[in-house]
Amino acid sequence: MATEILQTTSTLTWADRWDHILARLGWRRGHHRVRPGLYALGNPTPDSPVFVTANYTLSFDALRAALAGHDGYILVLDTEGINVWCAAGKGTFGTEELVRRIEQVGLRNVVRHRTLILPQLGAPGVSAHEVKRRSGFRVEYGPVRAADLPTYLRTGRATPEMRRVRFDLPDRLVLIPVEVVHVLWPTSLTVLALWFLAGRLAALGALAAVLAGVVVFPALLPWIPTRDFSSKGFLLGTLVALPLALKPWLGGSEGTLFLQALQSGTFLLGLPPVTAFLALNFTGSTPFTSRSGVRREIVRYVRPIAGLFGAGLLLLLISIGVRLAGGE
Amino acid sequence: MVLGALSNTLRYDPERCIHCGMCSTVCPHGVFRESDHLVELVDPEACMECGACQRNCPTGAIWVESGVGCAIALMRSVLLGEPPQAECCGAGGPTSCCGGGNVREAPVARENTPCGCSEEGPGGCCGR
Repeated sequence: MATEILQTTSTLTWADRWDHILARLGWRRGHHRVRPGLYALGNPTPDSPVFVTANYTLSFDALRAALAGHDGYILVLDTEGINVWCAAGKGTFGTEELVRRIEQVGLRNVVRHRTLILPQLGAPGVSAHEVKRRSGFRVEYGPVRAADLPTYLRTGRATPEMRRVRFDLPDRLVLIPVEVVHVLWPTSLTVLALWFLAGRLAALGALAAVLAGVVVFPALLPWIPTRDFSSKGFLLGTLVALPLALKPWLGGSEGTLFLQALQSGTFLLGLPPVTAFLALNFTGSTPFTSRSGVRREIVRYVRPIAGLFGAGLLLLLISIGVRLAGGE
Repeated sequence: MVLGALSNTLRYDPERCIHCGMCSTVCPHGVFRESDHLVELVDPEACMECGACQRNCPTGAIWVESGVGCAIALMRSVLLGEPPQAECCGAGGPTSCCGGGNVREAPVARENTPCGCSEEGPGGCCGR
């Protein structure tokens, strides 16, 4: 059977860029797929390098765009539309699939050499020595980021810097849209309900606590004091709750002393755990938290988070009851 | 003597090590360092338990527990006192299983937790 080689380019079209925006928004997650198989980039010869990637559009496009001006082959594994690192973690970007795909596309007859360049972050799923034993191809781990590939190809090595994952401000900022999308519906409904039942201030408070968790927290992550994510979240949430809790005492409030205290208590107890919970959830989006670390943090913080939130909710219900009874 | 970390499950046995340097190549956090064909465990506490070193160690000198931990399932088990569930909740979240398909149960390093990734770097695990 003749090998089918698909053609691709390094040029990203507007359609590609639109697809990237949708992927970043979490729109139809799992539908941003490339057809698995062997692709020719430019005009490769049997001596051209072979790059391996996942069939997630963001992965494939980052690779081909980074290789502008280079000729080569791109072997796309079927990772079910999941990026290299996560797929490697699941094993779909793995030894099995790689060996099978090499066989299926007849790579042996396409190139003369026996070297594959894999992204470094594919390593959790791929066993280089096993691939060599089973397919005859030597796995070479390139840099973490596709953008470093041209340098890697020129110098033949990845610097320690290229081997590290980073989580700089731009890396964190691109995550915010999908974090917002994840909480959009529950937050909108809650804010709307609070607006009518508990007043504008309560609605504003809930919105601010959520935004602190999904927008401010990722942006400021390394600069928030304290070490674990939950306490960072509690800190941010308290900063949100404090002015709201103080507001009734600074004049302009028409409620009784009891109602004022109730309101302040609701904010101080109810809001920080919301931000802390969202912060704890963000551990899953960072490239450095270990499973052991997250486990430890969950065991330590989930009960306080739930308890405080429950107490805040109770105070909220009481103040709503008082408001309704007072005919306000 | 087997070396390891206090805050995670990484274990390294220098006696089985042949100093091939694969671990220092694949580690995204500089946990191992290779210089002059000698591999050293230099920063074990920085390990995120992705399992790349273990999978690429030809002599089995490295061991790390790197399974998918579903945060929501873990939270439930802590709050309700249920035994933690192994399967994927599909919702993302801390050390989640990130999307599509069912996670198989496997003993070691079959699935792991690097859910902070996008194209070839951190950010947006499966659109997260």
